Amino acid sequence: MSGAVARGGMSAGSPAREAARLARMRRRRAWSVAGWVLCGIGFGMLGLAMGWILLMVLVRGITALTPTVFLEVTQGTGGGLLNAIEGTLVIGVGSMILAVPFGVAAGLYAAQFSHTMFARAIRFMADVLVGVPSIVLGYFGYVTMVEGLGWKFSLAAACITIAILCLPYICRTTELALSQVPAAMQEAAFALGAGEGLVAWRIALPVAMPGVLTGILLAFAISVGETAPLIYTAGWSSYMWNGALVGSPVGYLTYAIWAFINEPFASANALAYAAAFLVTVIVLLISVTARLVLLRREGAR
Amino acid sequence: MSFRRVLAVFAGVLPASLIAVLLFLAVYSWPAVRFNGIGFVTSTSWNLGNTYGSPILRNGVQVLPGAHYGILFLIAGTLLSTVIALLIAVPVGVGAAIFLAEAVPGWMRQWLSFFVELLAAVPSVVFGLWGYAVLVPLLGHFIYPAMGHVLGFIPFLGGSTGSGYGLLTAGIVLSLMIVPLIAATLRDAILAEPMVVRESAAALGATRFEAVWKVVLPGVRKILIGVTILATGRALGETMAVLMVSGNALNYLPPNIYSPISTMAAFIVSQLDSALQDPTGLAVRSLAEVALVLSVISIGVNTLARLVLYRSGLKAGQV
Repeated sequence: MSGAVARGGMSAGSPAREAARLARMRRRRAWSVAGWVLCGIGFGMLGLAMGWILLMVLVRGITALTPTVFLEVTQGTGGGLLNAIEGTLVIGVGSMILAVPFGVAAGLYAAQFSHTMFARAIRFMADVLVGVPSIVLGYFGYVTMVEGLGWKFSLAAACITIAILCLPYICRTTELALSQVPAAMQEAAFALGAGEGLVAWRIALPVAMPGVLTGILLAFAISVGETAPLIYTAGWSSYMWNGALVGSPVGYLTYAIWAFINEPFASANALAYAAAFLVTVIVLLISVTARLVLLRREGAR
Repeated sequence: MSFRRVLAVFAGVLPASLIAVLLFLAVYSWPAVRFNGIGFVTSTSWNLGNTYGSPILRNGVQVLPGAHYGILFLIAGTLLSTVIALLIAVPVGVGAAIFLAEAVPGWMRQWLSFFVELLAAVPSVVFGLWGYAVLVPLLGHFIYPAMGHVLGFIPFLGGSTGSGYGLLTAGIVLSLMIVPLIAATLRDAILAEPMVVRESAAALGATRFEAVWKVVLPGVRKILIGVTILATGRALGETMAVLMVSGNALNYLPPNIYSPISTMAAFIVSQLDSALQDPTGLAVRSLAEVALVLSVISIGVNTLARLVLYRSGLKAGQV
């Protein structure tokens, strides 16, 4: 290709060769245009499908949203979703209370003592744990806690299972945020006589806080959107959470989507769409907030 | 105790919970592993046996008469749906990534990329809902009959086109769930390639697309491979969306691409109630063995992806 271009550039060459060069050029231009079009189609397909999904959830969800959804509990295949809304939030907050201290600690250790064997083990294990399918964790929770410990479908079983699921995400984002804290800042503190603990608490963590918060927010979004592990740990309940940690099931929004769309009643299907709307809006709002937290940090630099 | 010790104790919960999950699955499913043997992964028959019969002793394990557990059909369903998902998702993802990185002006790129990243956050059950309510009727009533009519001469594309629940539908929904991951990661990789690479290609007479396709894209080859394997891991373990559109077939291998299937992950959800009917508990333990097989495959795939991505210089937290 370059040979032809070079020769063509130096002298006009024979008319036949010139025609061949032009034809080749046209062919390459056509291929390039086709390539751009195909890439555009690729993005268009992605955008179209996603727009379709979001539009369906928004349109059918909004028409299904009535005050009843927020004010009443589920009754059979009708009523509202107050119990599920409450359950989703309680499970989310509960699993964050469990996951955040351990996840942040793991990330902190992996970042601050990054060359130790244990830090490497944590990083590796976090990656492996991300690879364990969520249903496997749910099954683990079912057989150990729900059946084995006799907790039945319960808040505790659900929160512990979701916490295990969220641990690696919190750990990894914390570590990533901490690894971007300038080393000079920490070395300065060490030079002033601060210990490892003081440097971690007073220097590294505060500086990395936006990144850590982003990780926690995203983990919370995961807990709101999860279904499979909850089916076999939280169960389902049409009543409000009674305050018990073990012994009684908890309702949550994603179950309503899965179970009520299969019912042959319009009232149940409407509840499924309302639940889908709420879950999607909550998850997307959290994701946007997390993005904004990160953007503000980058803007502040 | 020093700060470091205390921190190590807290940090140790993560590795401890992983080890607990895997160890527990292995120990719990051990009687099933012993009873099922290698036939577990080479035969297609999930049969609890006669739940009214009295348990008998076989291979040192209490079982119901006639019980047999073979999950070849689940392995086939899992792998086939994942392959279909990749066949769709990789070209679309590569195209979308090139489009986002190279064809869109900067201000628009930010917004479109933001959109793509948000999609990665949409919960799987919402994808399932869309598949169930929109895609299944559309494909089952219009697209599949037309496909079967026109492409029926190709193996696996002919025969009964079914109801819309099945292998191809599951693959399409799965592909939608992994495209955002592929597109976003690859877009970042393409943007990170130095400008001088494109300029050199242009100086040699390449068109802009040739520069991207023949020079930039080969440069991010490893990241593409890595993220494709990562996406494979996601698709293998995906539960809810598949559960809602796959038709949940039991005990048969799909004769064509429209046929109902089930995957290992979806099967664990759909079968637990029935497995609890087995008074010997072997069915529940066999389900644990399904979970164990699924975990081993997923972890293997995921570790491979991390290795490839690590070697291409990408930090794991960034994906």
